[in-house]
Amino acid sequence: MFKYILKRLGVSILILIGVSFILYALLRCMPTSFVDQKINALNTSGATVSEEFKQALYKAYGLDGNILQGYFGWLGNMLKGNFGSSFISGREVISEIFNADRLGTSFIVAAIATIFEFLIAIPLGITAATHQYSLRDYFVTVLVLIGISLPSFFFGQMLKDLFANKLGWLPVSGMRDPSVTYSNGFEAAMDYLYHMVLPVLTVVVLSIGGRMRTTRTNMLEVLNSDYIRTARAKGLGEGKVIYKHAFRNTMIPVVTSLAGLIPSLFSGAMITESVFDLTGIGSYALNAMTQGDIPVIMTYNMFLAALSVLGVLLADLMYAVVDPRVKLA
Amino acid sequence: MEENKEIQMEEEKLVQETVADAETPLDKNVRLLSPTRMVLRRFFRSKLSIVGLVMLAALFVFSWLGPVVYTRWGETETDRTGNIEYKEFDLEINDGDPFVQVFVTDNGVNALAPPSGDHILGTDEQGMDIFTRLMYGGRLSLTISFLAVFLTSALGIIMGGIAGYYGGVVDNIIMRICDVLICLPTLPLMLIIGTVLDANRVPSAYYIYLLMGILSLFSWPGMARLVRGQILFLREQEYMVAAEAMGFSTSRRIFKHLIPNILPQILVSMTLSLGSMILYESTLSYLGLGVQIPYASWGTMIEIISKRSDILQNNFNVWGPSGICIIIAVLGFNFIGDGLRDALDPKQRR
Repeated sequence: MFKYILKRLGVSILILIGVSFILYALLRCMPTSFVDQKINALNTSGATVSEEFKQALYKAYGLDGNILQGYFGWLGNMLKGNFGSSFISGREVISEIFNADRLGTSFIVAAIATIFEFLIAIPLGITAATHQYSLRDYFVTVLVLIGISLPSFFFGQMLKDLFANKLGWLPVSGMRDPSVTYSNGFEAAMDYLYHMVLPVLTVVVLSIGGRMRTTRTNMLEVLNSDYIRTARAKGLGEGKVIYKHAFRNTMIPVVTSLAGLIPSLFSGAMITESVFDLTGIGSYALNAMTQGDIPVIMTYNMFLAALSVLGVLLADLMYAVVDPRVKLA
Repeated sequence: MEENKEIQMEEEKLVQETVADAETPLDKNVRLLSPTRMVLRRFFRSKLSIVGLVMLAALFVFSWLGPVVYTRWGETETDRTGNIEYKEFDLEINDGDPFVQVFVTDNGVNALAPPSGDHILGTDEQGMDIFTRLMYGGRLSLTISFLAVFLTSALGIIMGGIAGYYGGVVDNIIMRICDVLICLPTLPLMLIIGTVLDANRVPSAYYIYLLMGILSLFSWPGMARLVRGQILFLREQEYMVAAEAMGFSTSRRIFKHLIPNILPQILVSMTLSLGSMILYESTLSYLGLGVQIPYASWGTMIEIISKRSDILQNNFNVWGPSGICIIIAVLGFNFIGDGLRDALDPKQRR
């Protein structure tokens, strides 16, 4: 087991190096890099730019030399824990991304949304499976398929228009009400949650579909298995068959997928966050990506890639823990 | 329950037909269904797949025949009837014929017009007809997603086929490349490629095609894994061994026995990814990195509400219709993909 984990970790590191090289090479394909833009901006404002200043800027951003040199420079810096500074704000990338405002916000939205997703999707999947091909099955299926098919920006804007602009029940955007000073922590927390309702709703509606479909498929597979027939044959009540025998076995893949959720908990919902003007990591990265902020883009995407590699590894390990039939080699 | 009974009765009828008279030879007495026919029967029995087909057919007719029939406005034509001034001057030219010279100055763009007889769905903020742009946008959105999915699938099938067929070192290399590419998150990747293309000043006419082309270089691993897995599984099946034992040529084994058995899974996965490709394209266009204005795509037409909240609040006719079109298209592909998956599943008894 220990050897297996070590081997997988080694492979993961190789994968991450591959990912980082592809990202870096892609980013270096920008001809007028941000430095040039910066220099041009200085030029138009009337200041004279000396050649040394230009070279210093290039060097500071690791853009001197060819792609390979630049990449290994970046890799070396990264291994030393130096992820560089944002082109736009000039602050350290690490402290920009990993703080309560960014990662914290994204995590809270994702965590609440995931809890609701499970609470809604699993019962729906089970009723759809136990009533296969009935009106109920069709109804649930159509509903969740509509959820999957919604473009997040359109749905988010529609919710915003309806509940915030037209009905005025919920705040339009942002994370807190600037006109209110809180008298205590509870009020602040309530206002925060009040602002989270629409973003969470958007994420939940979009993500229920996938979870419900997998639950339904798993449940159907379990219901067709021999031990369910045995349970029925020995005269168990239908409720006991479904909730004791079938349900527990349906939960195996669900529990396994918990580990796979780790990336989505921290990656931030890019579009939803930018629609509702949340300060999460997603909207921050989106802004960085549209403006070519290389250090932020690299760090954010490497963070995502590391999380997804870790998620797959943990899911495999969980599988062995939950299901005694699985042996890791 | 009701439906199950119906199916049972149908099957009984088939059996009865078989027993009906024992004298005629068997193959004339029994209605034989080829696997394809059986799949089609199961597919069309599901109401959802039919609904999906109808939805998509309607969208295709709307996008491709629509602009042919409704030619009143062009895709990028601006309606300048907002504020027209006529100035008349009486002129007299040497040979004595008097005539009137009219100066027409149209300094107004008929922007954000409400739906009317002139503009079925009104106009957008640049005075372009929304109904017309909806049709042209449909052409672009659907074409792009089909192209991207075909390119991705072709790459995936070739790479997966090579990996599965040759095995060994080749398989190992291709699968490790897959591992790396799968770790690249799709939406950020699209954004990066979009920004890079933007920085390179790619002309807007073929910008989106280039973007989707580059994207498919990164998104084939899913299909490759599917194809490879299927080939590895099928190679061990008895009928493949039998085909080999009967001395069939390699090409016959691949094209007559292997590919027809992988095709169902490929088809399902392609249908489902058509829907998600439309979503990706529209998201990108919404962010201003996809189809570039003045060209229309469904996502581009929604883009404006991210900049102007007054349009979001007051002009649903500007951004609502294209959102609904996106939902219809994606939902249609999802319905069909779902129906196909059920119909092609050999474990299904329906």
